[in-house]
Amino acid sequence: MPEELYDIETTIPSNPIEEFLRMDRMPHIWCPGCGIGTTVNCFVRALQTSGLDLDKVAVVSGIGCTGRVAGYMNLDSFHTTHGRAIPFATGLKLANPGLKVVVYSGDGDLTAIGGNHFIHAARRNMDLTVILINNMIYGMTGGQAAPTTPVGATASTTPHGNFEETFNLPFLAESCGAVYVARWTAHHVRHLTKSIKEALAKKGFSFVEILAPCPTLYSRRNKLGDGLDQMEFYRDNSEIKNGADTKSVTLDFQGKITVGKFVDKERPTYIEAMNQHYQKKFGDRYVPSDEIRKLSHAQE
Amino acid sequence: MHADPIGVLTGAHFIDGDHACSEGAIAAGCRFVAGYPITPSTEVVERIAERFPFVGGVFIQMEDEIASSIAIQGAVWGGKKAMTVTSGPGFSLMMEHIGLAAMTETPCVFVDVQRAGPSTGLPTMPAQGDMMQARWGSHGDYQIIAIVPNSPQECFDLTVHAFNLSERYRVPVMMMMDECVGHMIERVVIPSADKIEVHNRKVYDGPKESYRAFETGRDLIPSMVKAGDGYRIHVTGLTHDEKGYPDMSVSAQGKLVQRLMDKIRIHADDIVMYKEEDVEGADVVVVSFGITSRTAIPAIEQARAKGLKVGHLRLVVVWPFPEKRIRELAGKVKSIVVPELNMGQIVYEVERCAAGKCNVVSVPHAGGTVHQPKDILAAIEKSLRGT
Repeated sequence: MPEELYDIETTIPSNPIEEFLRMDRMPHIWCPGCGIGTTVNCFVRALQTSGLDLDKVAVVSGIGCTGRVAGYMNLDSFHTTHGRAIPFATGLKLANPGLKVVVYSGDGDLTAIGGNHFIHAARRNMDLTVILINNMIYGMTGGQAAPTTPVGATASTTPHGNFEETFNLPFLAESCGAVYVARWTAHHVRHLTKSIKEALAKKGFSFVEILAPCPTLYSRRNKLGDGLDQMEFYRDNSEIKNGADTKSVTLDFQGKITVGKFVDKERPTYIEAMNQHYQKKFGDRYVPSDEIRKLSHAQE
Repeated sequence: MHADPIGVLTGAHFIDGDHACSEGAIAAGCRFVAGYPITPSTEVVERIAERFPFVGGVFIQMEDEIASSIAIQGAVWGGKKAMTVTSGPGFSLMMEHIGLAAMTETPCVFVDVQRAGPSTGLPTMPAQGDMMQARWGSHGDYQIIAIVPNSPQECFDLTVHAFNLSERYRVPVMMMMDECVGHMIERVVIPSADKIEVHNRKVYDGPKESYRAFETGRDLIPSMVKAGDGYRIHVTGLTHDEKGYPDMSVSAQGKLVQRLMDKIRIHADDIVMYKEEDVEGADVVVVSFGITSRTAIPAIEQARAKGLKVGHLRLVVVWPFPEKRIRELAGKVKSIVVPELNMGQIVYEVERCAAGKCNVVSVPHAGGTVHQPKDILAAIEKSLRGT
């Protein structure tokens, strides 16, 4: 083995993403084969090349397996209540608009109990990056059906199979007004990293859905093998269709998966709309918060 | 320190309690309000929405009360003073986030303009039925502070005080108004900014490496930083250690919950607030709060005209409860009469503190209007029979 290669491969002093993680909290709680860790790796790689000041990045999570992401990131991080990461993030962003606020949570958290907040934040074009891990199940509580569980799949609360229609999340996000909508799987690490980077750079409500295996509670119950089998399934059954009509990207039980960047458009953010409106209406009488004023000056 | 003059409408006004509450919040330095419309509290956020564009504030009407009650907490960690405003049904929806604020020691103010319940009840009519809910409504053990104004002037003064207490003790403070006080229009004098005392949270500015977000000294109150300051804080509703990291152990739970209780208990003497009138030498003391303290006055005057020795103790801060004072009084008087616009809530606290040392008589009312003074008078007279 050539000496240089030996050095590169085995003498790296630490994992290159360690500085982004709270290593004093390792080991994490995620199961072997879970896809969440892979997405965190992609998120970190996106942050590394984003040019963002990491002291000005905050991660907000709700409750659930993905809800634990906030606690492992070496950033300002908030682990809030079930379903309410988005309204917490909304308050944080409006108070301190110089922050890049990332909501990182699961499908059940963001679209069942938190569904109302999701649609309204998208409608307002609140300047948040929402990373949603869709493992099609409530993992933390033991594998109950979620709004994303496909028809025909089995969960602990649909022991005879699920017959409820699932949410098509990219369509939901787009129809509510999200300015950036993409879907990838935990298999698509390079596309996903690029997509998260784009979402972070986007002003307004950006949304990235990531399909990730839950081998312990979804794959096992549905006899789909382990985490690796599910990754192979993603590899063999995903079709990249950038710009696809989000109406057409519904997920079926073990059916084809449409991935790609579906929406990338411009629309004033909540703060921009508020500022423009009040400036037009009140001129110099309008007094924005110090933080909003500083940000507007920096952007001019 | 004193209020920022930019928001202070110094002078005499003729406004209702809801509007006075808004002005109190602005004077206290509140610059973030999230709310959802609900009678009879809506006027508070309407005035905030009107005023905030000129004072550097951000108001957002959220999609529901659940969102409102956590958006304010995001704003607090972003560095603002924040409040949300609601009434009974909305207050019920906010309970989980009162627990979150208690657990994460997030200073914030919840205004509840009480109306008659349960459920939708009487949306436009008064009650004081949320008093126990304010104290116990979220799951688990924790402490909060609750304040009850009885006039528009107090809606101003005590909203400032509510923010000060929440900042000082890093605890959610409930401003327990009611429909009468909220909609009553009276003279409200707003002092000049330099006469309004304003407290701000204790801020940590030491070295980043040694910061432990929930470490405290003898006052049991941790100092705070905000997101973006470079401290890379972690804040969780899970049981956590001094660093803020989740710790799922019995010992961490015991230590944290004990401190959350103790940090209010050890300061209770400073927080408790009540007003007394002719209590010394009285045979009967009427213990009242909010609008009921005003309907009690004619009853007390009528009783005195009949030769009875009646004192009046008005609770201004209801939680923490003035246990010491009620215990002391119970040993001196023959009876305590407790009128309240509910079917009997604070009377339980009075009974607990009186511990059988005097007669305790409840004057319940299901709400929708205020007590008839004659009912309170009858209770005063009845309370002395057989003593």
